[in-house]
Amino acid sequence: MKEFGYQRVLEVSEAVSVLGADPDARFLGGGTNLVDLMKTGVERPGRLVDVTELPLDHVEVTPDGALRIGATVTNSDLAAHPEVRRRYPALAQAVLAGASGQLRNMATVGGNLLQRTRCGYFTDVAGPCNKRLPGSGCPAIEGEHHNHAILGASEHCVATHPSDMGVALAAFDAVVRYETADGPGELPLADFYLPVGDTPHLETALPSGALITGITLPPAPVAAHSRYRKVRERASYAFAIGSIAAALDVRDGVVHEVRLALGAVASRPWRALAAERALTGGPATAEAFAAAADAELAAAEALPHNGYKVPLTRNLVVALLTELTEEAAR
Amino acid sequence: MAPSTSSVITLTINGEKHTLPVDHRTTLLDALREQLDLTGTKKGCDQGQCGACTVLIDGRRAVSCLQLAVAAEGREVTTIEGVAEGDELHPVQQAFLDLDGYQCGYCTPGQICSALAVLEEHAAGWPSAATADVRPEAGPPPLSPDEIRERMSGNLCRCGAYVSIVQAVARAAEARTAGTEEALA
Amino acid sequence: MTTTTGTTTTTGAFGTARTRVEGREKVTGAARYSGDIPLPDLAHGWMVLSTVARGRVSAVESEPVLAMPGVLAVIHHENAPRVNLDYMGMIGKPDPIIGVFQHDRVPFMGWPVALVLAERPEQAREAAEALVVRYDQEPHDIGFTYGHPDMYTPPDSPFGAAVATKGDVEAELAASTFVVDSEYTTPEEHHNPMEPHAATAHWDGGRLEVFDSNQGSTMVAAELAQIFSLDAESVRVRSEHVGGGFGSKTTRPHQVAAAMAATLLHRPVRVVMTRRQMFSTIGYRSPTAQRVRLGADESGRLRVLDHRSECVTSTVHEFVERSATVGRVMYDADAHYTSDRVVRLDVPSPTFMRAPGEAPGSFALECAMDELAEKTGVDPIELRVRNEPDRGPVSGLPFSSRNLVACYEEGARRFGWADRDPRPGVRREGRWLLGTGMAAASFHSGAGPSTAAVTAEADGTFTVRINAADIGTGARTAINLIAADALAVDPERVRVVMADSDLGPAMLAGGSMGTRSWAWAVAIAVSELRERLALGGDIPPEGITARSDTTEAIGALASKERHSFGAQFAEVAVDVTSGEVRVRRMLGIFAAGRIVNPLTARNQFVGGMIWGISMALHEEAVRDRASGGLVSPDLAGYHFAANADVPVVEADWVDDPDPDDPVGIKGVGEVGIVGAAAAISNAVWHATGVRHRNLPIRPDRVLSAGTNVPEPGHAG
Repeated sequence: MKEFGYQRVLEVSEAVSVLGADPDARFLGGGTNLVDLMKTGVERPGRLVDVTELPLDHVEVTPDGALRIGATVTNSDLAAHPEVRRRYPALAQAVLAGASGQLRNMATVGGNLLQRTRCGYFTDVAGPCNKRLPGSGCPAIEGEHHNHAILGASEHCVATHPSDMGVALAAFDAVVRYETADGPGELPLADFYLPVGDTPHLETALPSGALITGITLPPAPVAAHSRYRKVRERASYAFAIGSIAAALDVRDGVVHEVRLALGAVASRPWRALAAERALTGGPATAEAFAAAADAELAAAEALPHNGYKVPLTRNLVVALLTELTEEAAR
Repeated sequence: MAPSTSSVITLTINGEKHTLPVDHRTTLLDALREQLDLTGTKKGCDQGQCGACTVLIDGRRAVSCLQLAVAAEGREVTTIEGVAEGDELHPVQQAFLDLDGYQCGYCTPGQICSALAVLEEHAAGWPSAATADVRPEAGPPPLSPDEIRERMSGNLCRCGAYVSIVQAVARAAEARTAGTEEALA
Repeated sequence: MTTTTGTTTTTGAFGTARTRVEGREKVTGAARYSGDIPLPDLAHGWMVLSTVARGRVSAVESEPVLAMPGVLAVIHHENAPRVNLDYMGMIGKPDPIIGVFQHDRVPFMGWPVALVLAERPEQAREAAEALVVRYDQEPHDIGFTYGHPDMYTPPDSPFGAAVATKGDVEAELAASTFVVDSEYTTPEEHHNPMEPHAATAHWDGGRLEVFDSNQGSTMVAAELAQIFSLDAESVRVRSEHVGGGFGSKTTRPHQVAAAMAATLLHRPVRVVMTRRQMFSTIGYRSPTAQRVRLGADESGRLRVLDHRSECVTSTVHEFVERSATVGRVMYDADAHYTSDRVVRLDVPSPTFMRAPGEAPGSFALECAMDELAEKTGVDPIELRVRNEPDRGPVSGLPFSSRNLVACYEEGARRFGWADRDPRPGVRREGRWLLGTGMAAASFHSGAGPSTAAVTAEADGTFTVRINAADIGTGARTAINLIAADALAVDPERVRVVMADSDLGPAMLAGGSMGTRSWAWAVAIAVSELRERLALGGDIPPEGITARSDTTEAIGALASKERHSFGAQFAEVAVDVTSGEVRVRRMLGIFAAGRIVNPLTARNQFVGGMIWGISMALHEEAVRDRASGGLVSPDLAGYHFAANADVPVVEADWVDDPDPDDPVGIKGVGEVGIVGAAAAISNAVWHATGVRHRNLPIRPDRVLSAGTNVPEPGHAG
């Protein structure tokens, strides 16, 4: 870890201007990902701008029923918040499925969106990685990739996004709010993460120097009937090998509205729009759920050792939607 | 101009104020261990992947290996050295000792600090990944063995003392509930 | 019962549950481990490891690094003092990795190439990261496979013969009614004690003093003396508290690097390994590929036990994971063939890891026995009972005691085995398929020479001095109880001083032999002390001290098969749609001699069984063929069980007396892992109908394998 400057900022405008003045600076939130990456040498900032004291630590319901979540709200506070648990239970579950109690106390909502992949080649600075060192190659494709992407990857990078929270946010049409020196802006989560293509090192569409100030979840009554399920290689304290956030509104056996997002399958939380389209207006049956999953997974491209993610994801879609259907019937 | 790479900070540790110079690279863990001789907090992985370095920051558990010391400026830190009341062990410590909730003891300070927070988090009604229904209407989950296991999963124990760790946390939780009822009576 | 060594139970301290002597220190954070000892003027060393898997160091560009703030020195092969590795240590020839910085040869990824020293750890770390090391890289081979063309049969060693045979395997196979022929694999596994290896070295009054985290200070001190060509008396090693070892905390590069640096800098130096560095510098368990062939007659009686295991070692050191040896103890058969072969590849040297040999070997053999039970239709416990030997199946030696059948009976009763439906794949609970399985366990019981001193103090207390190590086993408390019992005094009156090489030679904490070895020495010393005290008279201010040395007594021990045994039971739930496997409960019943402290012994057994859960479901280091290094060598990439993975795990024991044994203690540290992974794997078969012969039983493997459930009406 090289030496760096440190500055704690108390106002958003100050944060943006300090960062803008130093191209070698990074925002520091909870530090659970950034400090780790600094220890492994992946990140080598010259200055840290500590944003944890910014007045962005509130969760509030707006008059129109949307939920506004400040960027420095900790993962713990987000998951414990009654309105989150009531209106978006899958979001609370997703956050609780991530990391550990200690890490959730430190990690912020803004930082969670920006966390980097857990690909072992990305964190090994001695070797190549297109995401870390553009043009150096992707050893995962020929090497160890059993937890890599099956959707939206490219020949340049097959890494997955590790966030659980982001999967639930993707299902609920989250909008990311940010601030730059030019003023505030917004990005729907669907546009927030860039396609991998031949630029895997460019991960988000945030303008240069932008500070994430919060997330807005539009009103979504269907989200009250939502769930998150995560599969991992041990029962807790591990990253997903497959996950799913789903919300379902079934009326008289027919899917009135459905939200579906997948984790650990792509470089970003994967909103399963094809599956949603296939389901909406159709019967809420296991066969229909499976067909919808197949519609989404038609584009899947598996490598030699991650092909299991196709049936895994399919099974998770069927299982979770079936559970939600049964729950609605009770 | 290159920014300064060190600062003088003030931390309140176990109720006592400490003013010390820190290299910005210094984690809270290293500041405690190397500069303040508070070596009860252990370094197991230095990457937030084991929980051995767990302390309480402003009453909440955190891994001190990923907490930069400079960013903890002004915060109140509780380490394992500040858990007992003088010679009297905290009920969580006593339960770990009585039920053999450890073997080598290296993860133990982190386990105990984590357990203290688990009791607080549960008392505050926080759900966990083991909670079947997280909606507030469902009410707080009882602190079942499965709840304890999930909530304590951020503290790895390679010796495999988990069974007695869960028993120790359960016993401390019972003692706490009994104490609360006594206070209310 | 009276014996010449004085293990007579007189106070009941022996066998009584006692909390740990050092428990208060451990729960308050007061216990100082080797990286916690403050020393004035301490410098910090940070190791630099090779980033190629084979080749030569062509340049170490230390000049720019030496100019960095706080940097004191860079030690590497061009400026390091020469050391001596030509010796035989307590556990054999030294792994050349401990002869740090002696030459430019790089035999694997993660080989120590330099040590950077600085005033503060942050400075040392940054300088170590900034140090440019150039290599002439050569092609490497890290690909371990069964039948690798370079596989060879190693010479026999004190740890076992490579090959043991009896009878005509092929003829008996041909005559067998039932034959199992299966291949099993276990992956590369790493110890990962929670406390990283750490040593603080300094010179004090002409002596090299090292605060170290190790499993035996006698071993480490003797080796450091050899390595640096010092008199044995000139080295002192202490390890008051040790944060786990599991076989990895022997003499490793950190002590040598710290001592070398302290010598060069003339000031105290601490070297702490990072978690990632531990994945190539402290040893690990070799992957294994094993083939087991069992042939049985109509009744399930074995005609053949044929177990061939292959493993890997480095190009610089031979360590053999002796997986096939377990069958030489477990089952009788008309013909036996067991062999352990090894291949040298460009990988780090493996070493002893909790139940070396028996842990992976029992996975293969005990799964194969379950497959034979399925084929023969004989209950898995009954099958094992039918193949109980009355003597060592290959050695022909008598067993010192063998109470395995009692373990089966007690385990079956408590686990509810009698109610088990043997058919696979017929129990469902929601999305989970349920199954139960069992396996047998054994681990050899030995002792190593030790010395002890016991002092009757003038104030009526007693002091026991023995260079034992407590790596979490509860050894300090056990020695306290053993001494108190033999002295017939309250344990509160006995003080134990240990973990210091100045106390004289003693066995290390390894091979499940520590407590047995130390108890023996303490018992003899106490016996002599009591004889002297019986003469009467006042105790002088310096006390009365009796000393012991067990070297002769151990040498005089009759040649027998000496082992702990156990029966493992597991219930699992398997979701074949996600591939998740959850262990729901485990029970282990052991026959492990006399149990000194039920509280800590139970914890040891259960801890071993939890290692079995990790081995069955989680542990696996993945080596990248292109780079030759590990992928994600950290605790997020290398999983072992977290708290949520561990259900109710119970361990208990049956009486296992051996009146001819002077100690009666067999050791409990390792037998708990043996058979545990097999019991879980057998339970997964019982749940799903599919055999999982490759560890770990990962979700993707379960998902891809699916189920093999007999059609209704065709069960059995």
